Amino acid sequence: MASLWRIKKSAKSKQISMWSRDRWQEMFYTLQKNKLRTSLSGFSVALGIFIFVVLFGFGNGLKNSFEQFFVDDSTNSIWLYPGQTEKPYRGYKAKRRIIFKNDDLTDIKQNFSFFIDYITPRISRGTLVKYEMESNNYTTRAVAPGHQFAEKTIVTSGRYINERDIKEKTKYATIGRLVEKDLFGNKPALGKNINVGGISFKVIGVFKDSGGDNEERLIYIPYTTRQQIEKSNDRVDQIMVAFKPELGYAGAMAFEKKLNTFMRKKHNIAPSDSGGIYIRNVANEFRQTQNIGSVLQYVVLFIGIGTLLAGIIGISNIMVFVVKERTKELGIRKAIGATPKSIVGMILQESVFITAIAGYAGLVAGIGTLALIGDSLEDYFISNPYIDTNEAIGATVILVVFGAIAGYIPAQRAAKIKPIIALRDG
Amino acid sequence: MIEIKELHKSYSIGKSTLNVLKGINFNVAEGEMVAIMGSSGSGKSTLLNILGMLDVANKGTYTLDGKVIKDLDETKAAIYRNKFLGFVFQSFNLISYKTALENVMLPLYYQKISRKERQKSAQKNLEDVGLGPWASHHPNELSGGQKQRVAIARALVSKPKVLLADEPTGALDSKTSYELMDLLQKINHAGKTLLIVTHELDIANMCKRIVHLRDGIIVEDKKVSQIKANQYVE
Repeated sequence: MASLWRIKKSAKSKQISMWSRDRWQEMFYTLQKNKLRTSLSGFSVALGIFIFVVLFGFGNGLKNSFEQFFVDDSTNSIWLYPGQTEKPYRGYKAKRRIIFKNDDLTDIKQNFSFFIDYITPRISRGTLVKYEMESNNYTTRAVAPGHQFAEKTIVTSGRYINERDIKEKTKYATIGRLVEKDLFGNKPALGKNINVGGISFKVIGVFKDSGGDNEERLIYIPYTTRQQIEKSNDRVDQIMVAFKPELGYAGAMAFEKKLNTFMRKKHNIAPSDSGGIYIRNVANEFRQTQNIGSVLQYVVLFIGIGTLLAGIIGISNIMVFVVKERTKELGIRKAIGATPKSIVGMILQESVFITAIAGYAGLVAGIGTLALIGDSLEDYFISNPYIDTNEAIGATVILVVFGAIAGYIPAQRAAKIKPIIALRDG
Repeated sequence: MIEIKELHKSYSIGKSTLNVLKGINFNVAEGEMVAIMGSSGSGKSTLLNILGMLDVANKGTYTLDGKVIKDLDETKAAIYRNKFLGFVFQSFNLISYKTALENVMLPLYYQKISRKERQKSAQKNLEDVGLGPWASHHPNELSGGQKQRVAIARALVSKPKVLLADEPTGALDSKTSYELMDLLQKINHAGKTLLIVTHELDIANMCKRIVHLRDGIIVEDKKVSQIKANQYVE
């Protein structure tokens, strides 16, 4: 008789460990025998994660598209374009065409040295370019060395135009990757001479540009050389001023204002004239786009949280249903010796296992889908949709944890129910 | 083996209270086969549930194998049930997605017995109830009598001290009911203590003793041999 009650002391040792092989076998067996229930629960979890990953990826793709508008330009630049005046001023008539010259560059440099990182003019001309039997029309851009940074030009071989080229008005050219491909095929262009509008230029460098094919079909030459070719004038088409990044947005806006006033005064343009000189401040555009980007980020976050919530609610529903469906089984198990802890443990282990496996499958499927989509939706402003691995894993873990909590609450309730009631209700 | 003193059980239904057991006193010795009889609502199933630790009494004492069963938490009750009591229900209560063998193996799983041992013991118990060849069948492939035999095998597999059966023949035809009672008698002859709740007199007569309940109290407690002798005298 004494042995009968010895079990009281060893009650704790009779709990079946979560790591017991037997318990896992029992779990796999139960899952296998209830394929529909298992697959439906798993499917809802996998679908939740899949939708989350794809939507989040699309959101990031949308953001990428906006950011790409600036990928090939520096964001600390102010472009000045000459135009026509609209009002008469100081004896000058209206409709006067403003012309930028080299002294504009010098004056800006001298007056705003505190604000400026570098300055470059730009003179663009369409020209027929030949090499041996190959020829094509390309745009030549006559620039100063600073232009390389303004356009984020990446020199892959040789070099870019330098100060010595400007000073000596050399007939050197740095050509785009596609110009080299068109004219030279697979041979290197470096060191070869090309005919640019009837004048021989030596290729001193080849570049690539993330701005796309058009950007890689350009030819850069020293702006002083272009001026010499064009009857030794000193005109420039545009001026690009790169301000120091530390000025920040407010500083850039103040600098733009000062620069505008200075140039208008210099070229005798009425302060109230909306024409004459046009200024494009990339910092301002970048700021606006960044604001749109931030809104997009919130939209993506909202979609993400919404999808996760929907997933969590879905799993909770399924878990409540699964436990309800198993009430009688749980009652039988309790009647023949299952402890409340083992009942809770069994349901939790099953729910965590299903959500973890299905969540991982959804994650892989989602990432795979994003990879397959790649850049095919660029026309819809979705470029390179992706999801950060940590975000994806984090979302899966959240879903697994909430799946466990969703399973725990009804499991706890089921474990507390008296076996006789569970058997009666089942 | 079992000692019950002044056992009371009541249920609250809304504002009113339903007294199901109103002071039950009786003892069951080891090796007895006792039928608890009574009409519907007499309290016989409630009494069996309290004896099986599936329910708790409001008042009174219940002693099992010399130990007073009192203030048991769910975990201890589950372990005691597993080790010392076997249950047979009217509606069989087999797990539908498990085979007969797996149903019988289940109580041993909660005793942390190895899968191999569980299979061996369960197979033997199924053979003992005449269902060896049916081990791999699921409950829906078995007749009512076969299901109840599986339930008996499951109740016995953990070698309990007492077997509690709640209307074990309630869902069976007469022929199958007698066959099942024969089986229960054999189990009793092998030394097992049995308590069977039934409302059928011919089933109760196959036990050694009948305890008659009416409105929550024991109105008669006699040995079957004594009842039969009285009938003969009359």
